[in-house]
Amino acid sequence: MPEKLVSPALDGWHTIGDDPQLLGSQCEECLTYFFPKHERECKNPNCSSTKFLEIPLSREGRIWSYTNACYQPPAPYIAGDPFEPFAIAAVELEIEKLIILGQVAKGIDVDSLAVGMHVDMIIEPLHETEDEIKMIWKWRPKKI
Amino acid sequence: MKNEVAIIGVGMHPWGKWGKHFTEYGVAAARMALQDAGVPWKDIRFVSGGATIRCGYPGYVAGATFAQALGWQGAEVNTSYAACASGSQALAAARNKILSGACEVALVIGADTTPKGFLAPAGGYRPEDPDWVRFYLGITNPTYFALYARRRMDLYGDTLDDFAAIKVKNAKAGSKNPFSRYKKCFTSEEVAGSAVVADPLRLMDICATSDGAAALIVCSLEYAKKIGKSDAPRVVAISTTTPVFASGIVEMPDIATDSAAAQGIEHQSFRENLPKKAYEEAGIEPKDVDFAEVYDLSTALELDWMEDLGLASRGEAASLLRAGETSIGGKIPINASGGLASFGEAVPAQALAQICELATQLRGQAGERQIENPKVGITANQGLFGHGSTVIVAT
Ligand SMILES: [Zn+2]
Repeated sequence: MPEKLVSPALDGWHTIGDDPQLLGSQCEECLTYFFPKHERECKNPNCSSTKFLEIPLSREGRIWSYTNACYQPPAPYIAGDPFEPFAIAAVELEIEKLIILGQVAKGIDVDSLAVGMHVDMIIEPLHETEDEIKMIWKWRPKKI
Repeated sequence: MKNEVAIIGVGMHPWGKWGKHFTEYGVAAARMALQDAGVPWKDIRFVSGGATIRCGYPGYVAGATFAQALGWQGAEVNTSYAACASGSQALAAARNKILSGACEVALVIGADTTPKGFLAPAGGYRPEDPDWVRFYLGITNPTYFALYARRRMDLYGDTLDDFAAIKVKNAKAGSKNPFSRYKKCFTSEEVAGSAVVADPLRLMDICATSDGAAALIVCSLEYAKKIGKSDAPRVVAISTTTPVFASGIVEMPDIATDSAAAQGIEHQSFRENLPKKAYEEAGIEPKDVDFAEVYDLSTALELDWMEDLGLASRGEAASLLRAGETSIGGKIPINASGGLASFGEAVPAQALAQICELATQLRGQAGERQIENPKVGITANQGLFGHGSTVIVAT
């Protein structure tokens, strides 16, 4: 059996290489960041710019809050068999001054998380199709 | 006085999972409100409906649907959609109509029939739709409520027992409300024993979805006087303001907040900003409020709302709860109706149900759940994309 292809679960939202990054955008005029990428009208009411740059976002941040999914979420979530509960964190990026939700790295339980904790962004499988492994960003507590 | 309208009639259809057409609930609530007001249906000159998006085309034109179901009589109609704030927007439309002098007395109405099971987004691969994306990542509605609840625990020291106490308090109040769906008085042990859905929230911390209907008859102060109801409760403020950029709280269904990186931009809280306009319009302060109906989508969210409405200092809501001050008989009863904990959410009816409770309490007709001599009540609710609302009603 040939090896499965590895590809992003959300094309254009993040890279999947060795140093994976979330791909956002930034308004060229007022410097507001956007995630996911936003390239139409700027959402800042003081700005009417329509010019945006694609920009990779910081790979680390601090936990704003966290929870988990104890039960299998409904479609379009694609669960493994059996379903494995996972933790979820909302993480604040310091430079971009925004909060991004994401799953927490596999095997890390809510008991090892705390508000304010430093985390890194990593890439892990979200689900598999017949010939592909779909990767997604996840948050992982920094080893101190 | 110049912005005020009177509430001369209230009506509801009991919340539940009845599985009937939403129009049936709406008509029952409307007829009850008309009877309560003592106003003949044919005298209503404006029908303002909250839309439901789950019941097909008749739900999109709810104002006309209810008017037709009650018997076309040539009134003007309006339909408002703003998720959970739909009822308040429908009320705002009726208030404008009355204050402009275009009509004296109006019916404001909302009703819903909810589908069975999960509310899942449409299928396919649709990364441009934030609602689709978050479900794809396994992020459900309870995820957001749980994030807010956990933050309270880590920042303010709120506990699982506090959250359970809210369910117990609201269930007790709801058991005395003839229109609530759940009549059982749950114990904190039962809440603690229910399965964790999204840590720290358990099944019984999270509200269900329900069928139900609520209706109001509102009129000019002159009209109320004319029919001998000059002491009817008055709507003294309605706020349906949008958030202010940059929103700093992750809100359903988004995967990220706004960025506050631009010069002169700060993170803002939508829930905290929403009541400011209402207090200004009513010319009162939070300390003047006697009781509140707030959107307890989760138990913990009730505490957030108390602080957002200025009824408790930031981080202090749980201490009021522990002291019993938010129960009926306390200093500031919260959700004396039983709240969403006892009703479950019937989207286009919910904001109106909150106002029905305010009016019923202010008239001293709440029976076993009556608050002692209230003068001013406030509501608060929120929908997707910041369509929240808050309404102040006073005697
Ligand atoms: Zn801009």
